[in-house]
Parts: sequence; structure tokens; C-alpha cells
Amino acid sequence: MTAMALSIRDLFLSFGGVSALSGVSFDVRPGEIFAIIGPNGAGKSSMLNCISGLYRPQRGTIAFGETPVTGLPPHRRARLGIARSFQNIALFKEMSVVDNILVGRHLHARTRLLSAGFSLPSARISEKAQRAKVDEVVAFLGLGAVRDEPVGTLAYGVQKRVELARALASEPKLLLLDEPMAGMNSGERDDMVRAILETNAAHGVTIVMIEHDMGIVMDISDTVCVLDFGRRIALGSPSEVRDDPHVIKAYLGEEDD
Amino acid sequence: MRRVASGVTLAALVLLPFFGSNYALDVANRCGIAVIGVLGLNILTGFTGLISLGNAAFMAIGGFSAAFLITKAGVNGFAAIPAAGAIAALLGMIVGVPSLRLKGLYLAMATLAAHFIVEFTVVKWESVTGGVSGMSVPAPALFGVVLDNDRKLFGLVLLLALAALLFARNLFRARPGRALIAVRDHETAAAVMGIDVFRAKISAFGLSAFFVGVAGALAAIQSRIISPESYPLSLAIDALSMVIIGGMGSVAGSVLGAVGLTLLPEGLRAATNALSGQWPDLISKLSILKELVFSILIIVFLIFEPHGLAALWRRAVRKRHATTQQQPEGGGK
Ligand SMILES: Nc1ncnc2c1ncn2[C@@H]1O[C@H](COP(=O)(O)OP(=O)(O)OP(=O)(O)O)[C@@H](O)[C@H]1O
Ligand SMILES: [Mg+2]
Repeated sequence: MTAMALSIRDLFLSFGGVSALSGVSFDVRPGEIFAIIGPNGAGKSSMLNCISGLYRPQRGTIAFGETPVTGLPPHRRARLGIARSFQNIALFKEMSVVDNILVGRHLHARTRLLSAGFSLPSARISEKAQRAKVDEVVAFLGLGAVRDEPVGTLAYGVQKRVELARALASEPKLLLLDEPMAGMNSGERDDMVRAILETNAAHGVTIVMIEHDMGIVMDISDTVCVLDFGRRIALGSPSEVRDDPHVIKAYLGEEDD
Repeated sequence: MRRVASGVTLAALVLLPFFGSNYALDVANRCGIAVIGVLGLNILTGFTGLISLGNAAFMAIGGFSAAFLITKAGVNGFAAIPAAGAIAALLGMIVGVPSLRLKGLYLAMATLAAHFIVEFTVVKWESVTGGVSGMSVPAPALFGVVLDNDRKLFGLVLLLALAALLFARNLFRARPGRALIAVRDHETAAAVMGIDVFRAKISAFGLSAFFVGVAGALAAIQSRIISPESYPLSLAIDALSMVIIGGMGSVAGSVLGAVGLTLLPEGLRAATNALSGQWPDLISKLSILKELVFSILIIVFLIFEPHGLAALWRRAVRKRHATTQQQPEGGGK
């Protein structure tokens, strides 16, 4: 058996009295698109935050490939190849689009304070290489027209794309996306779906995605995990999950979004 | 156009020791030293988003380290300047440790505590600092060149200020500088992009303190005598004012703020002298007047232009650029 891309075992997380995750387990296979769905407050974002290291679960383990990562801080997990976008836009607001995406290259350069300050040849060469890579990502996501704009001035949908670009620039093995299409119009959604599919297909990036748009989830996911009140109530292929009575019950009366 | 302007400015600065008055060179040295120190504070507060009231303390560390190294350890004055910066950097990194947990006002209080600890240490550690009576600082000398007045010192100050500016400019166009800005703008996002936030903050404290320590050492060398009173808390406040008014997170803003607010009191002094015929007691109120003007400027900038003089400057340049481009072809070249 080949190793799983990600193994979540018996995760418990609570805030004061509120339990966000209670005993959730699942495996993500290498190269698949894995969707996490569920009603508001189900614990989906909490799950991504545990995987990227922003939240520490009180119990349970997380393994990335063969590596246990449960105790690692976020920047160490990023080094292993985990990147993410956020539900609420989390860009570096005073920076331009290009500079935001350049931060995504942080892991791939080694330029230190002194070599940067003295602009040593090694620093210049590295900077040039990072910029070339960023240009590729900019072209891939069609951000050329806004590349030098400060991100704060851009439309919401464009900012979401910049966040994806920043994550992609780090060339992750595992990409975590928290509602990447929220607040987008249908054209922007189509572009985003295409970008996700191509990232997955061309680069073999494993994707764990939270999304409320059921049409898209059913269309593009290999596996769907349904959370409700911090519990995993279903796990399987899109068609299995769609017909699951627990899922139908959890979503009853919540079809409006 | 910009090249020409900076070339002319640089030429004027290089020629200053040949035609400037003693007073002009004193002011010019203080401007240069302020540029280095304000740039240091801006790296920490403007670029990395870590507020600090410890700036005077790091100047003191730089000043007393240089004085000690030259007079008691027999270190050459030129070598003592970077060494003083290094000592300040080391202590800066230690002071920075609480910044992992403390933000905003709490960090301001922690750095304020650092100020008082340094002040206390300087007063009590007589064998090293000379205690309340302070120390005299001999002029740096190398191969018969003795920098014993403002005219001779200016070349060194100018060189170090330019080096500091270039270093900062390069830094913030490259990976480690971007990491600092990223930490300021969104700490969580910076961490998940692989930036070690703690390490970034500590290096910001270290680098900042190095610049400020060098500024402190130069100030000590310029004034030739230092005591605990040479580095009051108001010096830290002045430096923060220069950062805010010049432009947080801007290298050019550091220059504008440092030079502008160093010249301002000189302008005020000239004005009060001129008016002393009518209002003789105006001169005695000069320091209050200065504080008043600084305070008003800070409030005005915080409300109307939080990005400081640097933003005004950028806008003015862009406007000029736009109007010159509108001129018919063949003109304006
Ligand atoms: N930092 C936090 N502090 C306190 N409570 C939190 C925190 N983060 C999440 N929670 C709580 O944990 C529960 C799960 O929240 P989470 O954000 O994971 O839900 P979600 O499934 O992502 O919901 P949504 O679809 O609205 O984004 C909620 O009750 C929420 O209030
Ligand atoms: Mg959520």
C-alpha cells in the first residue's frame, strides 16, 4: 500500500465549551481532489487550520505522507509542502500583487539579511529566478494586467485569485483551499475551477477544498467528507455522499446557500 | 530627471565641508546621524510593524559601547563604530524576545521598560559608563586623519548614511525584507507561507538596533562627551515622530522625516531669534515650541496622511511626471 498524502486520526478540538471537531478521521490519497463540506459552523475551517498548524488539536494526530506533523508550527509544515488559502482574504495588503506572490517563493530561496542588503550576486541571481517563477504563476492565473497594483485596490474575486497564486508559487504538494469560490460570479468560478483542475492534473498537487457550491463539489471531487457539528457524518465518492441519509438530514432546510 | 536631481544633491553634500559654516556642518552631521537612526527605527516599526519606545536606549548602548571601546579597551575609533552597532544588535535581539507574544501597546510598554533598564544600568555601572558624570569620547583617528570636528566628521557620517540607505533599499526589494513586511501585514499568512515569524521579528530587532547603535556611536563621537542625560526618553519619541511624519515603511520617508524634523527646530530657532526684539521671552520657550510643533505635525499626518511625507513626495513626483508627458513631442527633453 502506498502512503496516504494526508492521514487525520481522531482529531478533537474545542474552544472553551464549544467543540469544533470531535473525533474526526480520514485519509486523503495522493493526487486526489478531496472536498470537505458541511453546514456553517460544522468545523471545516477548523480542520484546515489544524492541518496547516494554526490550531493545535487537543487530541489526535495528523500525518503528512509518512511525516507526523501534529506538533509542528505552521512555517515548518509549509516547508514540507503544505500551502493554503483562507476563507477571509489574507493578503499582504500594502504589497503589490507580484510582491504577494513573491512571498510564496520564500521557501525556495535562501537569501539572508546580509546578502540581500549588500545585494551580493547570489542574492541577485536568486531574486531573478524567483521573479521568473512568479511570472509563470501570474500568467497561469491571468493576473498580468494587475501585477503591479497594490492588492488592496483589487476586486474581491481577483484578490482570491492572488491568494491562490501565492499558494501555487510555493509549489506545494498539498494545497488547502478554504472556500476558494465564495463571493465570485459564475465566470470567475469557472476560471477558478479550471485553475484548480489544471493544478491538480498537470502538477499532481493533492487538493483539500472546502466549498459550499454543491454543483462544483460533485463535479470535480474524487472524495467528499461531510462534517456536521464537528463530526464526520459521511465519507465517500460524490454519488455515495449525495445519497447518504445522514447528509440529506444535515442539509435539510439549509439548501438556501 | 531623478538621476540628475540625486546627482546634484550628492555633489552638494560632498562639497559641503569645503564651503559650509561650522554651524551648517554641525546640523548636517546631526541630519545624517538622524537618518541612520530613523532608518533603524523604521525597519522595526514601519516595515515590521513592531512599535518600540526603546530607540533612545539603543542609541545609548551604541554611544556608551563606542566610548568604552575607544577609551578603556583601546579599540580604534573607526572600528568601535560597527562594534558598538553589533553590541546594540545583540541586546536588541534580546529585547525583541517578548515580541513573540506582545503586540501594540504591550510591546511599547516592554520596550519602554528596556529604556529604563538601560538608563539605570548606565547610571549604576560606573566602571564602564562613568556613571552620572559620563565619559569623554576621543575623536576617531586613523593614519594621521583625526575626525576632531564636524567638518572632518561629515565625510564619515555621509558615507555611513548612504550605506545604510542602500542597504535598506536592497533589503526590502529582496526575500528577507519582504518577509518582514509580510509579518507586519498578516502574521498568520506569513507563517503559512513558510516564514519563521519569530526569527523575522528577532532579526528586525537586531538589524534595527545595529543601525540605531551606529547612530548612537556617531552622536557620541560628534558631541565628544556623553552622560546618561544624553539619551532621554524624548529622543525615542522624536525618532518615532520622524518615522511617522516621514513615512512608515518607507526608506525615502526615513530621510525626509529625519532631515525635515532635524531642520525644523533650527528653523524655529532662527525665527525666534529674529523675533526676539518684539518678544524677548520667546527664546526661552523654544523647546516647548518645538514639542508643540512636532505634536501638531504628528496629529495632522496621522489624520490626513498616515503614510507621511514619503506619500506626499510620491504624489508630487507622479503629478510632475504626468504634466511633463502631456507636453508636445520634442519639448521637455
Ligand atoms: N478561533 C476560534 N475561537 C473560538 N471559536 C472558534 C474559533 N474558530 C472556530 N470556532 C468555533 O468552532 C466551530 C467551527 O467553526 P469553523 O470555522 O471551523 O466552521 P466552518 O465549518 O468553517 O463554518 P463556515 O462554513 O461558516 O465557514 C464554530 O462553532 C466556531 O464558532
Ligand atoms: Mg469556514
